[in-house]
Amino acid sequence: MKYLGIEPVKPKIAIFDFTSCQGCELQLVNKEETLADFLNAVEIVRFREASSSYSDDYDIALIEGSVSRNDEVKRLEKIRKTAKVVVAFGSCACFGGVNQLKNAFDLKAANKEVYGNDPKETINVRPVKDIIAVDIEIPGCPVSKAEIESLICHVVWDSPFQPPVYPVCVECKQRFTTCLFEKGQMCLGPITRAGCNAPCPAGGQGCWGCRGPAVEPNYTSFFSVVKEKGFSDVELKERLNFFGAFQEVNVS
Amino acid sequence: MKINLNVDVHHLTRIEGHGNIKIKVKDGEVTEARWDTVETPRFFEVMLKDKHYTSAGMLAARICGICSISHSLCSIRATENAFKVTIPETAAKLRLLAKHGETLQSHVLHVLFLAAPDFFNEPSVIPLIKKKPAVVAIAIRLKGLANRLCDAVAGRTTHPVAFQVGGVTLVPQKRHLLGFRDELKRSLDDLRIVADLISTIKLPDFVRETEFVSLRGEKEYPFIGGSLISSDGVNHAEQDYLPMTNEYVDKNNTSKWSKLSRESYAVGALARFNNNAQLLHPDAAEIAAALGLKPVCHNPFMNNVAQLVECFHVVHESIRLIDELVESGMGETMAQVTPKAGEGVGAVEAPRGILFHHYKYDKTGRILKANCVVPTTQNNANIHHDMKSLVKKFALTGEMTDEKLELLCSMLVRSYDPCLSCSVH
Ligand code: SF4
Ligand code: SF4
Repeated sequence: MKYLGIEPVKPKIAIFDFTSCQGCELQLVNKEETLADFLNAVEIVRFREASSSYSDDYDIALIEGSVSRNDEVKRLEKIRKTAKVVVAFGSCACFGGVNQLKNAFDLKAANKEVYGNDPKETINVRPVKDIIAVDIEIPGCPVSKAEIESLICHVVWDSPFQPPVYPVCVECKQRFTTCLFEKGQMCLGPITRAGCNAPCPAGGQGCWGCRGPAVEPNYTSFFSVVKEKGFSDVELKERLNFFGAFQEVNVS
Repeated sequence: MKINLNVDVHHLTRIEGHGNIKIKVKDGEVTEARWDTVETPRFFEVMLKDKHYTSAGMLAARICGICSISHSLCSIRATENAFKVTIPETAAKLRLLAKHGETLQSHVLHVLFLAAPDFFNEPSVIPLIKKKPAVVAIAIRLKGLANRLCDAVAGRTTHPVAFQVGGVTLVPQKRHLLGFRDELKRSLDDLRIVADLISTIKLPDFVRETEFVSLRGEKEYPFIGGSLISSDGVNHAEQDYLPMTNEYVDKNNTSKWSKLSRESYAVGALARFNNNAQLLHPDAAEIAAALGLKPVCHNPFMNNVAQLVECFHVVHESIRLIDELVESGMGETMAQVTPKAGEGVGAVEAPRGILFHHYKYDKTGRILKANCVVPTTQNNANIHHDMKSLVKKFALTGEMTDEKLELLCSMLVRSYDPCLSCSVH
């Protein structure tokens, strides 16, 4: 893949999965129109889910999933020592994702409920950045492959990597989706960072904020709109907590 | 000659999730042969507690990134059964269409991206882009079609957005559906090329008799809901899944294990085929016959073939569903839903096998108790016992090396298309 006659240096990428559903990894082999180009533009040296070849020599570590057992802490520390760039990809890696809903329950009781008298090792769920320094975060449940491609262009061609700062509502307008508040549903679109192309409102479901806050969201006015439309604090809190992405705000 | 072999695979590759193979043969005796799942548990059954019925399906989908449509549909079905909701016919058809898209996507991903590299002695599909460009192009085309179909019907292929308790919230346009119809027709030619290729591959000659569990089709090859059947003659209603699955905890595994009439049983494409082969579309049945797949087949490696046969079936069925939808028009897609206290079970054939969700609700529509029995959870004990038997059959022949045995056992596990993060959930 030459550009202006120059063969770019292919970045060596390693993909690692921690506690997750592996849906983010799956996005790497989706978006079939550009899949062959994508696989050509990078050198994937490690991708356990898709390949048996294996190397510890890599520049970029893509990390999917959160941490929920002590061996995962050690694995992360080792990756940080090797990788030049650590990317947390997916809401699990960035915020704990749905996995962190477990933290609201007593771990011993949870273990008992699922495994009876043979408990399995587990700890409170934490995002990657709680354990090691993260250079780039790509949130989403799942991530958008387009954003990963733009990250790759950033490392290969040094083109700017600038995820949108505006909220999901902008993308609803671009798609001509009727606002869900007009249909009597709640939606976190006004405070959530765009970049997903708003598939949930288009599919009839309000946004649950998997991508985390947009830049400087106006929480106060959003919360008052939500209240005005008749939604309870419980409903709002449940939504904000779902992916663990809004821990910076308190609903009072 | 004294045979000594040692295989220690820590985190097997080209499968979903984390599992280990450990085999030791000492002086011609198998002293250890294990398949263990070590994936971290996420405790979904606990996380589902207190959740409102409107978000339970969305959470349940996150059990698995590959078969999220199945988890979402199964979860919603459990809730609909608890609330005694009957969904409109159009909604049921659209759900099934998305389900077929998922089956096609998942089977193509497995057979052509994850299992195929073993057939060509490559570590992954990447070198095949150069070595077998035509096949890879077909694989990408089929997977792309399946994913776009799911996007159009489910709103998104991974973690669908259009399924809600009561029906569906997205209605694809007629002209889109007709576009898919043409593409689906053409994809049958692609699938035939894949079938020709698979017919040239010699799968290991290995048989271990086991029990197969699946939904039991009445008039149609089953995918969503219905009664349960095993090839050993056990029958139960959908809501009586517990005496069918009998989960227990194994000390070496974070996935539970299951058993029914024997020490283990199997679910998945081969189980569905073995229990329902007479209900396949004639074209799919013809492909099965051409590839030497006959019920009841006890060679686990043939699951790859059964998946390909199902690809033919779901493509034909998708075309039929589109024709029906276009002809009847869409009409209502959401039923009235009133939460009530009670319990409900949903059973769905996910690509990797039968899946159950079971919820108990309070009267406000919040979950009091949840149980999920996942395909690979049911397969793990069967994989383990297959491996023991496989090692006994092949390791003591004198021609085995550590590398060959590792490949053979890895291929065995991969044949099941295991999804370990799912199995542990
Ligand atoms: S962020 Fe969502 S899609 Fe990605 S691994 Fe976590 S649960 Fe799966
Ligand atoms: S549906 Fe949600 S994201 Fe879309 S415009 Fe309305 S509030 Fe914003």
